[in-house]
Formats: sequence, C-alpha cells, structure tokens
Amino acid sequence: MHPAFSVILLTTLIGVGQGLFLAIYTSQLYALARLLPMPDHQRFFALGSAVAVGFLVLGLFASFFHLGRPERAWRSAARWRTSWLSREVILLPLVVMLVAAYGLIHGLGWTRPLFVIRGALPVDASLLVGALATVAVFALFVATGMIYASIRFLREWASPLTVFNFILLGGASGFTLAAAFSAWVGSGPTRFYGTWAVILTVAGAVTRLASLYRNARLAPKSTLQSAIGVRHPRIRQITQGAMGRTFNNREFFHGASPRTIAAVRWFFLLAVFAIPVALLATAYVLSSVWIPAAAFAVQYAGLVAERWYFFADARHPQNLYYQQVA
Amino acid sequence: MTQLALVIDLNVCVGCHACVTSCKEWNTSGWAGPLADFNPYGPDPHGTFFNRVQTFEVGEYPNTMVVHFPKSCLHCEEPPCVPVCPTGASYKREEDGIVLVDYDKCIGCKYCSWACPYGARELDEHQKVMKKCTLCVDRIYDESLPEAERRPACVLACPTNARLFGDVHDPDSEVSVAIREQGGYALMPEWGTKPANHYLPRRRTELRIRPDELIRADNPLKKEGVPPKPPKDQPTLDETTSW
Repeated sequence: MHPAFSVILLTTLIGVGQGLFLAIYTSQLYALARLLPMPDHQRFFALGSAVAVGFLVLGLFASFFHLGRPERAWRSAARWRTSWLSREVILLPLVVMLVAAYGLIHGLGWTRPLFVIRGALPVDASLLVGALATVAVFALFVATGMIYASIRFLREWASPLTVFNFILLGGASGFTLAAAFSAWVGSGPTRFYGTWAVILTVAGAVTRLASLYRNARLAPKSTLQSAIGVRHPRIRQITQGAMGRTFNNREFFHGASPRTIAAVRWFFLLAVFAIPVALLATAYVLSSVWIPAAAFAVQYAGLVAERWYFFADARHPQNLYYQQVA
Repeated sequence: MTQLALVIDLNVCVGCHACVTSCKEWNTSGWAGPLADFNPYGPDPHGTFFNRVQTFEVGEYPNTMVVHFPKSCLHCEEPPCVPVCPTGASYKREEDGIVLVDYDKCIGCKYCSWACPYGARELDEHQKVMKKCTLCVDRIYDESLPEAERRPACVLACPTNARLFGDVHDPDSEVSVAIREQGGYALMPEWGTKPANHYLPRRRTELRIRPDELIRADNPLKKEGVPPKPPKDQPTLDETTSW
C-alpha cells in the first residue's frame, strides 16, 4: 500500500493524544487510591488535557487532507452500523469533547466531591467525565485499529495484533509525552509516567515484533492463477491495459526499494522501542527536563516511520493485475 | 431477485480495446459528469476508466498462449466495498444487484478501493470521488433507446461478441446458460465475494483423431476381403450379375 502521510499523521497524533489523556487519568486514579501523593495536580491535569486535545485536533485536521471532498466529511458519520471508519469519525470528536471537558473541570476547579462512596472514595465530576472519556478513548483505539484489521484482503493488517499495536503504541507515546510534559512543567508524577511509558513500550515491542514475525511468514492467498482464472504455473503480465499513470498504480504501491523498507524497519525498531526506553531509564538517574522530552521526540519520529512501514508492508491482491506496463 | 452482470468470453476476446473506448465515450458524456482525463494528448496522459483490457502470457515459449483479459467491476453479490463506506455513497441496488457510487455523497476517502481485491475502483482526480463501472445503468433502462440498444456500451461495441449481458440469477438467461455450459468461473473465489460477472475460459480448438479413426472399421471392402473372382464359365454368386 502507498503510505499516505495524512493517515500516518492522523493515527500517530491521535494515538499520542489518547495516550496522554490515559496517562493523566491513570495518575488521578492512582492518587485517589493513595498510591501516589496527591499534591495540587489540578493545573497540571488541566494543562495536560489541553495538550492532549491539541494532539487530537491536529490529528483530526491531518485526516481532512486524506479526503478528496473534505467539505462533505460530515456525511461520514452515517454508516456507523457497518463501517469502522464511520465509527472512528463519530468517536474522535467525542473523545476531543470529553477530554476537553475533563481538562476544563480541572482547570475551573469543579472538583468538589459530588458524593462519597462508603466514606472513603470521593467522587467528583472529573472522575466521572474521565471514566467516560477513558471508555471513548479505548473505543477510538479499537475503531482506528479495526479500520485496518477489518480489511481481510490485506492480510498483513487483518489480525488482532493490529488493534493491540494501535492501543499499546498510542499508549506508550502518550505516557512518554506525559513524562516529558510533567518534567518540563515541573509538576506531576514524572516517575510514575516514565515507568508506565517503559512498560507500555516494551509491551508494544512484543506485539509489534509478533506482527512483523507473522507478516514475514504470510503467503499471499490470491495468485495470478486465481486472479485471471487460468490454471498454469507460469503466467506473466504483458500489459495492464494503460501506459499512463493510473489510480491503481498510485494507491497500492509504495515504490520504495527493499533496502529502504529494511532501513525504515530498523529505524522504527530503534526509535520507537530501544532508544526511548534507554532515555527514560537514563532520566531516572539524571533528573534532566530534556531527556524525557528527547525520548518523546525520538519515539514520535519512530512512530511516523512505524506507520509508514505498516502501510508499505501490506500487499494488496489487486497488485497482481498491475505488474507490467507496455 | 435480479442480478445483472457481464459474462466475458476469454476465448473470443481479441484484445482490441473497443469495449474500453466505447465505455469511456458513453460514461464521459453522461449526466454523472465526465470521466476525467489529464494531458490526453500531452507527455503524461492519465485518467479514469471503468474498464481496462489487460494481456497475459500463459506458458513458456514456444508453448505460449496469450490471454486478453477485460477487467471491470464484477458487481459482487457480497460486495466488500459497500459496508466499509462511511457515508453510504457506495451501495448495491436491491432491484438489479448493480453496485453503484453516489457521486454526490462520496467524500473521496478511498477506503472502498482498499476493500476491493480486484482493483475495480478508481478515484476521479477531477471530481475527487470514487468511480467504477455502472453497467451503464443510465442506458440499460432508457426507454428512448431501441430495445436492442438497452445494453452496456461495452457489450454493444464488442466486435467479436465476447461480452454477454444479462441476469445471472435467471437460469434460462443467455448469461446463465453460457456460465453453465461453457465453464464460466468467478475471479479470486478464495475471498467469498461472489462476483456476479463471470469469465468463460480460453478453449484451444483441437481436432482429436485417434489413429484407428483414420481407417474405416466398417469398410465393406476390408470386411469382406478380396471379392471372389469366379471363372467366366461358372455362375456368379447371385446369378444375376456378371463380370
């Protein structure tokens, strides 16, 4: 498949936004359970949610560049019963609104407990809106992953691993950003975020390597024989019926050499997994504000490469019909 | 239920591209807007087509066979491109099974083209919407045309009659009979998309003669051996003929 940068930016940016929100809400839950000290994180939560909303909106903005007719984008909410793309279109603005509401509640200080469960668990508006936002964030992760995993013809994508990768890599980049952001502004549980960023990055490495392993061993289901229905081991295309450029030649071929592909794979394996983990581990020892920020920058660049590779890795069966120009 | 479809006889197709050009001519002139071309006479011509004729070589020289392979939307009975459309612009008509795109609803997200294993859909770079074969839906029901012309433009154009058009759900239709009796098959059956369009295979015309067929087994001369030649003074066998 041809890697479309609008979609690469969309999926990576909203992944960061969703992960950052999950990081903030998780730290609030930990503080509520008194596993983390609960200093005045209100301002940090509000600022962090604003950053998460910024990433989500940037992703939404990038997605419009994928459309031929962006002015009709509103129509794409119509078929949520059958289309994962339609579900994503509904969930993304919902997540933006819920995360914005969550940040606003913290920013405006509307965190007086509404009621207390068993005299121990004070429940305020941010906790309820945050819970709703968490459900929406996970639903959005699943919808984004299923857009790719539900196309059974692209066998490299049609696997539960695709959905797990979207969740874990989005979560990892979000927690890394949370660590970088809290170190930068000097408040918030930086170490807590850093630890979870490492855990999620390692978990993401496991599922991503599993999908690389799976895809390397995937035999194509369709062959030239089944494509034109002629039973002969030796068939070759003489012409694809047009000498000019076609949509089929543009959309489904990446045009990169095997060496480039291999280089991108090694780059993203280092930049998404190895380097951020090393940098976050270093940040434990040296309390520098730059190291977690560098970890996030490297990991994000790596994720862009990872998503590029994700597209380039998928072989569409229609390519059987587009082998030769003459 | 009706399912309109094409049946393409690969044994007859000569790869002349008449179906391609007549399809382009009809569908670029219709009410649905042009099938845009860019630089048609320039150095880098490209544009949108509903139908393309590809050519494949089967076998290795000198035992080769050339297969001309016209390729357009197969109007699948289980179209994978339809449920993925987020806007409902892609749909399959209940009444005749034609898969269509509503050009006024399409947002040009290209997701349906990813979900088609045959590469039957092309994005029109001018209108920025997805386009595909309509089975000339604006022609086959047009009562202002003589009935014989209410068929897709490609079918009318084919000089060798390699393209048949009809209802594949009607067992007595021309297309159903052709599929049944001439080994019609669907493309990429492994995906379960149930294409409505079918292809008739290449059939090499061969005269099969066994050696014993070259000699008439019931040749009376052979059967009876050499006819008897009695001397002239003796009667013949039936006493009616003479030598």
